[in-house]
Amino acid sequence: MGQLVEVKAQSPPVRSPEAGSTARLELVEALLAESEPRPCAVLVLRWLVRYAGIERGLCAVVESDNGRLAGLAGIGVSPSAVDAFSLALGDTTHPLLVTLTGAEPVAFHSSGHALLRPFETPLGSDSFHAVPLTRRATGGELGPGLLLLTGTDNGPVDADVCWAAELLGVRLTSLWHHRVQMDERRHKRERGWLFGLINAVTDPILLTDADGRILIANAGAELLLTADEEKSEGRRRAVALNNMLFSASLFTAAEGSVPTRKEMLLVDPTEGQDLLFEVLSTPVKIRSGETGVVSVLRDVTDLRRASEQIEENYRKLRAAEAEARAERDRLDLILNSVLDPILVTDPGGNIVLMNPPAERMFTVAAGRRNADAERRVQANDAVFTSFVSNLYAGQSRRWRGELSLLDPETGAAVPMEAISGKVMAKHGEDTASVTILHDLTEAVEKAQLYEQIKRHSEELREKVREATAELAEQNELLRRQAFQLEQASAMKSQFLANVSHELRTPLNAIIGYTHLMLEGVSGDLTHGQRDKLNRVDSNARHLLAIINDLLDITRIESGKMPIQVERLVLAELIDEVMTEVEPLIAGTSLAVSRSLAPLVPEIRTDRQKVKQIVLNLLSNALKFTPHGSVSIAIDYDPGLEEISVAVADSGIGISEENQRTIFEAFGQTDGSYAKRHGGTGLGLSICRRLATILSGRITLESRPGAGSTFTLFLPRRAR
Amino acid sequence: MTPPLVLIVDDVDHGREICAEYLEFRGFRVATAVDGLEALDKAFELLPDVILMDLSLPGIDGWEATRRLKADPRTRDIPVVALTAHALASAHERAKEAGCDSVVTKPCLPRDLEAEVRRQLAGRARVTEGRTGT
Repeated sequence: MGQLVEVKAQSPPVRSPEAGSTARLELVEALLAESEPRPCAVLVLRWLVRYAGIERGLCAVVESDNGRLAGLAGIGVSPSAVDAFSLALGDTTHPLLVTLTGAEPVAFHSSGHALLRPFETPLGSDSFHAVPLTRRATGGELGPGLLLLTGTDNGPVDADVCWAAELLGVRLTSLWHHRVQMDERRHKRERGWLFGLINAVTDPILLTDADGRILIANAGAELLLTADEEKSEGRRRAVALNNMLFSASLFTAAEGSVPTRKEMLLVDPTEGQDLLFEVLSTPVKIRSGETGVVSVLRDVTDLRRASEQIEENYRKLRAAEAEARAERDRLDLILNSVLDPILVTDPGGNIVLMNPPAERMFTVAAGRRNADAERRVQANDAVFTSFVSNLYAGQSRRWRGELSLLDPETGAAVPMEAISGKVMAKHGEDTASVTILHDLTEAVEKAQLYEQIKRHSEELREKVREATAELAEQNELLRRQAFQLEQASAMKSQFLANVSHELRTPLNAIIGYTHLMLEGVSGDLTHGQRDKLNRVDSNARHLLAIINDLLDITRIESGKMPIQVERLVLAELIDEVMTEVEPLIAGTSLAVSRSLAPLVPEIRTDRQKVKQIVLNLLSNALKFTPHGSVSIAIDYDPGLEEISVAVADSGIGISEENQRTIFEAFGQTDGSYAKRHGGTGLGLSICRRLATILSGRITLESRPGAGSTFTLFLPRRAR
Repeated sequence: MTPPLVLIVDDVDHGREICAEYLEFRGFRVATAVDGLEALDKAFELLPDVILMDLSLPGIDGWEATRRLKADPRTRDIPVVALTAHALASAHERAKEAGCDSVVTKPCLPRDLEAEVRRQLAGRARVTEGRTGT
């Protein structure tokens, strides 16, 4: 900042032509007549040139808005220089500004050219006077402005200059004051209009600063975002929530510099329901260097609802359409799948719809166009039309009849049954009629076929009747035969019983007399006689055994062997058997042993028959084992639930060949041997049969010379 | 003491003969009958100690005769031993049903027959003792 050398004002004031009272009055009148600051300043400057000997002058006024002392008007100074004059008020040490705070004129002149640099007075002179526009000391406050004047020497300032400067100051202050008042009034009015304007907008509008504080909000926005203490709790809470949501949205909006559009869900503080807003946020400059955001909220809740409704309606429409289409397709499908011709006619009798079978009767296929077919189709059409006309002639809604049509291709007569029905619209007027034709050809054929089938069926029935009769006859025959067989079987049994009886009677005599003699009833016998009688006895007993065995076999084979199932503990049975064969064992030198597996359960079977089998097996073992051992082993297989009695001997054994026949009647390996031991040759045969009727079996393991093992297997429960 | 009297009923001569001869030989008194009717007459007349009854008899058969004997208070307690050449179990059952005290199948050894007679006599003795005791 350049330095000005301040020169204390000197008295007496600047010499100048004295202005008279008249001139002063003129100036006052002129100033009062002027309402603008600049012309006022020009008037004063001109007046000073004229009456106070001023050569050039500049009026600078304080513009507190801009914080500057700026040129207002000049005389003898270029307008651009006036505009260019500007001093920052903040530079309080500047000599001119110091002058501004005082009330006295100050004379400046450069004591060297550097002193005024870089400050250049617009007056183009190194020496000038700075005259404040007020004569009252402002007490450090800035006065309204300064006059910079040249042409007054360096002496004291003329009294007229000071008077005019003060007058200008008063006038300017008055003008400014008035203007500020006017401005304020206008601003107030405009503000009112503006508020009216934005409040008239139902959409909430608000301006927020960079920190999100609300600077201005219209009524709509206030409703949403402000609530004082008097308002209800719910409402305050809703407002708090809205503020939170809104701030969050602003935070993102304030980032950029372009308007953003987004949707935001807020709460209606009065109603409590959710409102959907579209928020348009536009960043704006609110002060130098500070950015705010103008947000316009548009309630799109109803819009959204409406749009959803529209979408929903559209969807429904589409669905309905699809359904209608599907329905029609289905109907077409049904119509087309019906083999009977179906025709729809309008009230004028014109055919409007046909299914394929109908088309076959009433149209000529493109590829088969010929005169005959055309004629037949026309004939069919005439028959059909006349039939349908019946429907319209009467009151009935239905008409049934038979038509005789022609097959367009073959010309064959096609008898048809037809049913027509009126299709009524809502108000009862006819809209169409539907006719269904049914080909009776097939029915006729079916009737014939049915007759044929009936005839065949009757023939068949007759045949069945005959066959049944024959069958009955056969049955009767069979029944008679069965009866005869039964009788024969009974007779056979009786015969056998009789044979047995008849054989026993003489045998009884033989055995009886032999014993009478052996007992000495008829006197003493010689040794030879006794010997021979013993042989008679032995043979007689053998014969008896054979007779008994034969009787057994016969009974088993004829199924007349009675079975008495009872509880059986095998160990007890074996004890009994052992006791019975005791005399037999006593006559040998055999080691006889028995073994019993643990946990052999009781079985249910015919005790007498099991005993017969075991006795037989054991007797055989004893008979056919000259020396060595015989053992009986009882075992139980829990898996098969089967009990086994194994009779093993170390006897003569049985060859493989004989093993196959040994269970057959008289199948003993060597008849002579058997006889020698009193066997009948029927024992094993009976044993096997008995085992079978007890649901069991007998197996044999043997090698000649290495002994035999006969094993009887029995189920836990005989069936 | 008089030896026990055994009434032997059999239509077959040798059957009757073997029994009679053997039992006499063994010290019994013996009476015989050839059919059911005679058996009944002899039984009522002689009141034997034991009756050996063949079942297949002409006229009144053994079963019927036994039934009648067992139905009569005079002869009800006399043991009847059925003798039969019928080996089938059904014949035995029928005999028991008719009232026979035991059944012996023919052919049988005379010795075995005697044993059965003695068994029946012993049984009867026990029954009689029991009766007198009351």
